[in-house]
Amino acid sequence: MPQVKKIATRESYGNALKELGAEYPQIVVLDADLAGSTKTAVFQKAFPDRHFDCGIAEADMMGIAAGLATCGKIPFASSFAMFATGRAYEIVRNSIAYPHLNVKIGATHAGISVGEDGASHQCLEDIALMRGLPGMVVMCPSDDVEARKCVRAAVLHDGPVYMRFGRAAVPVINDPDMDFKIGKGTLLREGKDVTIVATGLCVNSAMEAAGILEQQGISAEVIDICTIKPLDEELLLASAAKTKHVVTAEEGWITGGLGSAVAELLSEKLPTRLCRIGVGDRFGESGTMEELIHLFGLDGEGVAAKTAAFVRA
Amino acid sequence: MNTLELQKTANEVRKGIVIAVHAAKSGHPGGSLSAAEIFTYLYFEEMNIDPENPKNPDRDRFVLSKGHAAPGLYSVMAERGYFPKEELATLRHLGSRLQGHPCMQYLPGIDMSSGSLGQGISAACGIALAGKIDHRDYRVYTLLGDGECEEGQVWEASMFAGAKKLDNLCVIVDNNNLQIDGKITDVNNPYPLDKKFEAFNFHVINVNDGNNFDELRAAFEEARSTKGMPTAIIAKTLKGKGVSFMEDQAGWHGKAPNDEQFETAMQDLERIGEELCRR
Repeated sequence: MPQVKKIATRESYGNALKELGAEYPQIVVLDADLAGSTKTAVFQKAFPDRHFDCGIAEADMMGIAAGLATCGKIPFASSFAMFATGRAYEIVRNSIAYPHLNVKIGATHAGISVGEDGASHQCLEDIALMRGLPGMVVMCPSDDVEARKCVRAAVLHDGPVYMRFGRAAVPVINDPDMDFKIGKGTLLREGKDVTIVATGLCVNSAMEAAGILEQQGISAEVIDICTIKPLDEELLLASAAKTKHVVTAEEGWITGGLGSAVAELLSEKLPTRLCRIGVGDRFGESGTMEELIHLFGLDGEGVAAKTAAFVRA
Repeated sequence: MNTLELQKTANEVRKGIVIAVHAAKSGHPGGSLSAAEIFTYLYFEEMNIDPENPKNPDRDRFVLSKGHAAPGLYSVMAERGYFPKEELATLRHLGSRLQGHPCMQYLPGIDMSSGSLGQGISAACGIALAGKIDHRDYRVYTLLGDGECEEGQVWEASMFAGAKKLDNLCVIVDNNNLQIDGKITDVNNPYPLDKKFEAFNFHVINVNDGNNFDELRAAFEEARSTKGMPTAIIAKTLKGKGVSFMEDQAGWHGKAPNDEQFETAMQDLERIGEELCRR
């Protein structure tokens, strides 16, 4: 069996910034003492005059990004998801989203897959927080291909964008030539019995689950939703109409996250049986990424088991 | 403008503040009136701006970090010709460009939206940084409240400004000594402000009377000639200045005058205006 290439989406973020930095002189990158971890150090090395470390002051960093954007810069403000959205929430709301400034937030170390650092650093509610801001685009790429295309799309989009990246290396599953557009999902596998809608590293789990389910006689369709806001309603409604069963999978809080977004869409436009897989009303805990993903039923096996039970119920 | 002309203009700005807040039936007169001379000096003397070309990339910028003093900013902008003075009476009304706190998407000439305290100074740092990156000569001014200095973000931003040697940044503190709950020394004392800014690597200028144009002129000239570090001007002012019953009263931080109080306030300002005309 050929070795599957694995890369963390935060690395894709750093690499994409370096590539885009050469094309777009307006790009500047801000960090809050985490350039090594957010991988923006790659950009810093290539463009030292356009990288600014704001120190451990995420609130200030977001405000600085807003100011830079008023002068025509395209600032990428980078930190861990916890601090970028939690600590700095109100600055993102009032200084970036309200004036609709062209700031890109690159948040790494999102979700339960942060692992050993534990609950204080496992931001599960970032999507819920960012989705509530008018005009904010929210993206959560599933692999290296999608992550790099997502960063490029963010540069071309005029307005605030939140991008969620992971710490851990994840398999590359997308076609390098895939067509990527903000607001468009990707149909990765066709099926007829159930639609598994996933985001981030759970897209790979969904693909694995689809393989397991096939052996059990369940035909699963898999949709990769990178853009959680605005949601690809057309693709999701068409699939739900076909399979009549929808499962969502995400490594974060299902309340306010992808699960909520899909529930809102379906309950208003096409009431469909729905099962949301993710983290419920609890904090995470320390452990390896693999242990945690397994604990919360977010690996291929877990998603398959929950999907099978849901379809058969 | 000479000092007398500036004084007359500041008095007109005060009238605009009272008219706007009265028409809105809410808003923040106290901290708008205290800063009337600062607003006037910036918009009529100090800043390189053109109301006809509010997007000029080389213009000086102003960020009202104490965004609740929006009536003061709107009034000076109207006086300077950014929009008709009649529009001041639409403050806080549905559909108005004059939102309760300044929003750049509503009104051309607003360089940054503000209102949530502590945030404007960070944006001002970003604007100053952009000027350094692009080698532009513009200067950035941001007006803070003294109570606002209780916000931690003010000091995050100050640390950044000092560390990055943003000498194109001038922070002004409207030090009227009052906040909503009372005297700032009684609520959560942010003093000494001058030593704090010094500790964050600012050049600090104490202005004993921030309602005096000669003192403001000297301070802004010193700020402009300061290189290698940002400047903080700590300007002692009188909250509610110009309106007899509002002066030095915390209660007039965020309250509109009723019709009777409005008449009294306008009479106070008319009297001041007449006195200035006799000089």
